[in-house]
Amino acid sequence: MSLDYTVDGQFNEGLIKEVVEVHPEKAGKKRARHLGTVKEGSDGNPTCGVKSNIKSVPGVMTQRGCAYAGAKGVVWGPIKDMVHISHGPVGCGHYSWSQRRNYFTGTVGIDSFVTMQITSDFQERDIVFGGDKNLDKMVDELETLFPLARGYSILSECPVGLIGDDIEAVAKKKANDTGKLVVPCRCEGFRGISQSLGHHIANDCIRDWILGKREQEWETGPYDVNLIADYNIGGDAWPSRKLLEEMGLRVIGSWTGDSTLAEIERAPKAKVNLIHCYRSMNYICRHMEETYGIPWIEYNFFGPTQIAKSLRKIAEFFDDTIKENAEKVIAKYQPLADAVIEKYKPRLDGKRVMLFVGGLRPRHTATAYEDLGMQVVGTGYEFAHNDDYQRTAHYLKEGTLVYDDASEFELEHFIEKIRPDLVGSGIKEKYGTQKMGVPFRQMHSWDYSGPYHGYDGFAVFARDMDRAINAPVWNKIKAPWKAA
Amino acid sequence: MPQSADKVKDHISLFQEPEYKELFRFKKEHYECRATEEEVAKQLEYTKTWEYREKNFARQHAVINPPRACQPLGAVFAAAGFEGCMPYVHGSQGCAAYFRSHLSRHFKDASVCVSDSMTEDGAVFGGLNNLVEGLQNCNQLYKPKMIAVSTTCMAEVIGDDLSAFIATAKEKEVIPAGLPTPFAHTPSFVGSHLTGYDNMIKGVLNYFWEREAQLERKADGKINIIPGFDGYAPANNRELKRYLDLMGVDYTLISDVSDTFDSPTDGTYKIYYGGTTLDDSRKAINAKATLSLQQWSTEKTLEYIAGKGQQVAALNSPFGLSGTDAFFMKVAELTGKPIPEAIEVERGRLVDAIADSIHWLHGKRVALFGDPDYTCGMTAFLLELGMEPAHVLSSNGSAEWEEKVKALLASSPYGAGGQVWRGKDLWHMRSLLFTEPVDLLIGSSYGKYLEKDTGTPLIRLAFPIFDRHHHHRFPTFGYQGALRILVEILDRIFEIADASSDISYDLTR
Repeated sequence: MSLDYTVDGQFNEGLIKEVVEVHPEKAGKKRARHLGTVKEGSDGNPTCGVKSNIKSVPGVMTQRGCAYAGAKGVVWGPIKDMVHISHGPVGCGHYSWSQRRNYFTGTVGIDSFVTMQITSDFQERDIVFGGDKNLDKMVDELETLFPLARGYSILSECPVGLIGDDIEAVAKKKANDTGKLVVPCRCEGFRGISQSLGHHIANDCIRDWILGKREQEWETGPYDVNLIADYNIGGDAWPSRKLLEEMGLRVIGSWTGDSTLAEIERAPKAKVNLIHCYRSMNYICRHMEETYGIPWIEYNFFGPTQIAKSLRKIAEFFDDTIKENAEKVIAKYQPLADAVIEKYKPRLDGKRVMLFVGGLRPRHTATAYEDLGMQVVGTGYEFAHNDDYQRTAHYLKEGTLVYDDASEFELEHFIEKIRPDLVGSGIKEKYGTQKMGVPFRQMHSWDYSGPYHGYDGFAVFARDMDRAINAPVWNKIKAPWKAA
Repeated sequence: MPQSADKVKDHISLFQEPEYKELFRFKKEHYECRATEEEVAKQLEYTKTWEYREKNFARQHAVINPPRACQPLGAVFAAAGFEGCMPYVHGSQGCAAYFRSHLSRHFKDASVCVSDSMTEDGAVFGGLNNLVEGLQNCNQLYKPKMIAVSTTCMAEVIGDDLSAFIATAKEKEVIPAGLPTPFAHTPSFVGSHLTGYDNMIKGVLNYFWEREAQLERKADGKINIIPGFDGYAPANNRELKRYLDLMGVDYTLISDVSDTFDSPTDGTYKIYYGGTTLDDSRKAINAKATLSLQQWSTEKTLEYIAGKGQQVAALNSPFGLSGTDAFFMKVAELTGKPIPEAIEVERGRLVDAIADSIHWLHGKRVALFGDPDYTCGMTAFLLELGMEPAHVLSSNGSAEWEEKVKALLASSPYGAGGQVWRGKDLWHMRSLLFTEPVDLLIGSSYGKYLEKDTGTPLIRLAFPIFDRHHHHRFPTFGYQGALRILVEILDRIFEIADASSDISYDLTR
C-alpha cells in the first residue's frame, strides 16, 4: 500500500530551469539532461526522464568519487581476512581508511584487516622506475607480519596505470610464492566516471581471479543462498541474515560485508543469489547466472512494507516450508514494525524528505520513509545507470524532482528552494545543509548509526529520522531578538 | 526479540544481544573458514614480542597505518584560508571528494573544492580541456574571488603544466584575466600534506607578488604569521589574533581558516566565509617580517619570502609554557612591541596550574605521534611538565626533525631514554607499545586502534579527530591552550586512577 500525496512537478521544473540557466551554455546543456521530474512515459509507465552514467562536468563540484573508491571502499574493503593493498601514493588509502563502517567480527591485524591502511606508499622513484619490484617484496613482508591473512588484493591508484606497471604479473608470481590468492585490481581513479566502474572492475576481478580457481568442498543444500551486495554498514547484513536464517535459508556467503575469502570462493555452490545493492554487484550475479546457472533475486530490506514484500518474493523461489516460514517471520516481526510506526509516525507524518545518495538507497529507502508517513519530494544518485532509474520511477510520485550526479551548486539551490524537512545524503552535503537550518542524515554511513536493514534496523532508522527532524535546535537558528 | 520500539537498540547495544552473538558464532563455525581460535591467540601473543618487533622494523616496502596524508589535502586546506577562494583540484575527481570528506569529518563543517574530473582521455591527451572548461564553470557557478589550483598525482604523472594551462584559459577568456588564479603542483608521491600546504601558500604569495603584478616591496611595520596545517586552527587562530591584538601588533595571518571551518548556523549557507583578504595577501610582501608557527610546513614559503628581503623566522608548533614564551619573545623581537602585563598574568595562571598538578604528571611515560612540528612542540611541553616522552614518532619527519627532537630530549633529564622514530608508522608504534610500554599515548583518532590493541590510554590532541566532537573549537595554542592540554592529560590520568583501584578511590586528588 502506497502512501498518498502529491508533489508539485511544475514548481520542480521551474527549479531545474533556474539552475540550468546559471551555467555556461555548454555546461547547462549537459546538466539539463540529468535533471527532471517523474512523469508518465510513452509506455504509460512512470519515468524519471534523466540521463545518467555520463562524465561529470568539470568544475561544477560533482559529489562523485572514483573507481578506486568503488573497488576498495565498497567491494574489497569489507572482505575481512584478506589484506587489501592500496597500491600507489599514500593518500587514497589514507582518506578511505576506516571510513565505510563495514562492520566485521575478528581480530584486527591478526585474522582480520578491515580497519587497516596498508599501502605501497609510492615515492618519486616508484613513478620513475615502476612499483612492481617493491610490490613483490611488500607481499613477502606482509606474509611475515600477517601469516593468517588468506589472500591479497592489489588495488591500483592512478599512477600505476599511467606508468606501465604489470601488477598482474606480480600477482601471479606472489600467488605462486605464497600459495594464496593474490588479486590484481586495475581500479585507478581516472578510469570511468565515478565509483561505479570501480564496482564493475572489482566484480570482474572476483570473476577472473577467485571464482572457480580452487576446488570447493561444499555439499549444496536446497536452501543455500548468497547474500549479495550488503556491505554491512553499521551491521546491516546481520539483521538481514537473521531474517533469512529464521526463514530456514542457509546464508553460505555474505558479499562482501563481514565476509571471508572462503565465502566469496564458495558462492557458485549456492542455489540462488539474493542481491540488495543491484548497482554494485549485478555484474557478478549475471556472471554466476550465465556460468553456473544460479538465478538472482533483487530484494529490499528497508522498512516493513518492502521487507515483507521481499521475504515473500524470496520465498517464492523455494518450497512450501520456506513460504510458510516467511509468513511466520513476517507475523513475528509485524508487531515490532507496528509499534515503531505507532511511536514515530505521529512525529514524522507529512514530513518531506530529499535524498541524494550512491546507486541504490535513493530508491530503496523511499518506502521506508513512507512507512513512517513521510514524503519523498526529491531524489537522485551519484553514480546510478539507466537501469537504476528504470527501477526508481515506480517508487516515486509524479512530479518528484530527480537529479543525477547533482553538483553542490544544484543541491544547494534545490534544498534552499524546496526547504524539505529532511535531507538524506553524505558527509560532503551534511554541514552546508544544516547551516541552512535543514535537518540532515548521512545516508551512506547512517551518520555513525545503524543498522537500518531488516526489522531491527527499521526501528533504528525511524528513531534516527525523528531525532534529526524533531531536534529542538532547529527552532533556535535565529537569535530571539531577530526571530520575529 | 532483541529490538523494541520502546527502547530502540542500535549497533552499540544490539549486537551484544544473545541472538546476534549466536548469529556470529554460527556464521563463523559454518561458513567463514577462519583461522582457529588457538591460531589467532598464538599469533596475537606473538605480535607482542620483541621478535615480532624486529621483523616489523625490518620491513622496507610495506607501509602499515601511516598517520600521514598526501600533498593536495594540504593545498586545499591552505587555499581554504583565503577570502572567497575556491580550491580547485586538477586531475581525478575522487581526490577532491576525499579531501572534502576528510576535512568535514574533522571540522564537522562544510568543505568545498572543485575538481575538473579528468578521465582516461585526459590521461592520454592531457588535461588542458578539463582545466579550461572547469575554470569557466567554477567561476560562473560559484563566483569566487580567487581560484587556487592544485594537482592530483594523475595530472602530475602525465606532466600537465598548470602555469601554461591557466594562461591558456585566460587567453580564451573563459575566466576574467584579472581573476586571481594561484596554483601549486602537488604530487602526492612527494612529501605529505605539509608539503602541499607549503607549496600552495608559496603559490598564492608568488601569484600576488609576481604573477598578477611585479610588486616592489615597500617595507612597513606589519608582520605576517603563517599558522601552518593545524587541525585546531579555528580556535588557535582566534587565540593567536587575540594575543596579537593585546600586544598591539599590526599583523596579517597568511591563510586563516578559522572562520572557513567554523562558520555559524544561522539559516543561510555561505560557501565562502572568512579568510585572509586578497588585498592583505598582496600587501603581505611589505611586512617587515614573516613568522611561521610550523617550520616544516613552510620551508619553501619562508625561503621565497626571505628572497623578497623580509626577515623570516619559524617555530615548531609552540605548545606549552616555553613554546608560548618563545612565541611572544619572537613577536616582541620582530615588532619591537613589549609583551603586556595581561599576557604575563595569563602565563602566571598556567604556571600556577602546572605547579598544582606536577605530582600527577612526573615520570609518566608518553608515546607521541603526528606531524613533525606538532611532535616537536608537544615533546617540549611534555618535558616541562616532567613527563617522559618515551617514543616520538613522525612518519613525515625529516632528518633535521629527528635531530631537533633528539636535542630536545637530551636537554632534559625527563628526556633520557626517549626514542625518536622517523619515517615509521602506527604498526611500528604497536610493536613499540607492546615491547616498551608507556602510560599514555598522544596523537590523532587513528591512535584508537593502538589503544584498543595495547591498552594504552589515548589522548586525542592531533589532526584528524574524527571520533570526538568540537575539540578544534577550543585552542591548544598559547597559555590558554596549554592549560587545556594540561587538563586533558590530567583528566585522563585521574580517570585511570579512579578506575584502577577501589582502595585509592579518593574524593580529593
